[in-house]
Amino acid sequence: MMRICQVLGRLTPAGASASFRPHAESALNDLYNAMTTAMSLIAERDPAVMRIVALSLQVSLSATVISALIGLPLGALLAVARFPGRGAVLVALNAMMGLPPVLCGLLVYLLLSRSGPLGAFGLLFTPSAMVVAQAVLITPILAALTRQVLEGLWEEYAEQLRSFGASPARAVPTLLWDGRFALLTVLLAGFGRASAEVGAVMIVGGNIEGFTRVMTTAIALETSKGDLPLALALGMILMVIVLAVNAAAQALRETSLRWAG
Amino acid sequence: MRAPDTILPLTTEGLGFSARHVDILRGVDLRIEDGAPTLIIGPNGAGKSVLLRLLHGLLAPSAGRVAWSGTGDPRARQAMVFQRPVLLRRSVTANAEYPLSLARMPRAERAARVRAALDLVGLSALADRAARRLSGGEQQRLALARAAAMRPCVLFLDEPCASLDPGATRAVEDIVARLAAAGTKIIMTTHDLGQARRMAGDVVFLHRSRVLEHTPAADFFAGPRTAEASAFLRGELVW
Repeated sequence: MMRICQVLGRLTPAGASASFRPHAESALNDLYNAMTTAMSLIAERDPAVMRIVALSLQVSLSATVISALIGLPLGALLAVARFPGRGAVLVALNAMMGLPPVLCGLLVYLLLSRSGPLGAFGLLFTPSAMVVAQAVLITPILAALTRQVLEGLWEEYAEQLRSFGASPARAVPTLLWDGRFALLTVLLAGFGRASAEVGAVMIVGGNIEGFTRVMTTAIALETSKGDLPLALALGMILMVIVLAVNAAAQALRETSLRWAG
Repeated sequence: MRAPDTILPLTTEGLGFSARHVDILRGVDLRIEDGAPTLIIGPNGAGKSVLLRLLHGLLAPSAGRVAWSGTGDPRARQAMVFQRPVLLRRSVTANAEYPLSLARMPRAERAARVRAALDLVGLSALADRAARRLSGGEQQRLALARAAAMRPCVLFLDEPCASLDPGATRAVEDIVARLAAAGTKIIMTTHDLGQARRMAGDVVFLHRSRVLEHTPAADFFAGPRTAEASAFLRGELVW
């Protein structure tokens, strides 16, 4: 009993240590209460929660769209192009898939800060800055995954397309269209990464209530404040979104099997 | 089926191809005239597919050259069907239309050509189906329709029946015969002697990277000039 109590106590964040109670029952009660409050926040469509969810979706979807416009054609070009140093480019691109979000946030912060090269636009601590940061984070992911997906397709198509007189550059739109089902799962992977990261949006957005607060930054803040119900409610919504995204990916894979064979 | 001007005859001079210092084809001097199908035969590994790809321009020769006749761009007047059909992940119609869109053909003419080509190969009823869900024989017929819709002067076929059953093989041979009768020059590889006998106007016999014979089919099957070709016809593998 004492042991569980200590573990739970350690898990309770710094801000909540003042209200730390030495009884396991009450700690579990806290958790239970937090869950029920979270459920009611969702059920009642609490305006603060809804605003946070809406901004999260807006920022991450915008970032995914922008990244797709850059990353998909770039990945397709890398799949068909053969040039000296291609191997090094691919290694660099794959390495950038693992770019830590906080580092990405820091780089975008430096670019957008008042004294930075793009400071004149005054984007720092706005949703736009968060879109930029997430787009920078996931563009390499989309490009690298697109390259992997389309390279196999290109190996299959290359000879026939050359026979038709199509140049590798002309093959890019063909590959993007014929790889459309696989590429949708690539997009979902990018969106999942964008909506789940906290470091980048925290740094460039600043987690300003009602303006730049998104699900992940709100969860981080509310947990450290000890407001578990709100954090849990947002966590649950985030999980539902992630589940929905993965269910969509699964459905797409099955659809693609019907067409791609 | 095709425009009156021709890109034939096709000639090669000292054509050779090597990969990693191994000769795959050496000293090929050919003159291929318009007319009945030219069949390239020979045992596996003789270089049949490489010769076809050199003629079509998919491979760059290591030695010698390939020369077409006539004016204009000879590449635009050729099509090729591969042993395993490469079909796009689209509908049957979209597949047949694809090379025509690449050539920027007007929509109405594209549609008309595609309809005629699908009709020729008997796939009109499957026009809206996903191409890659067709059977192997249907896929190869679609590849033929796609090539036919381009109305090429020369159609290359690389072992088009190698992975098909006898029924599908006969269907492909019928389609190719109709294309040939309509004036398309067929240049085709096969390892199936029966097929060569049924289809060939003239025969190019390849053996160990070299062209040993290029004669009218009747002469070739009646009495080949070389011992290797005789052995090959008797079914004794000569590799």
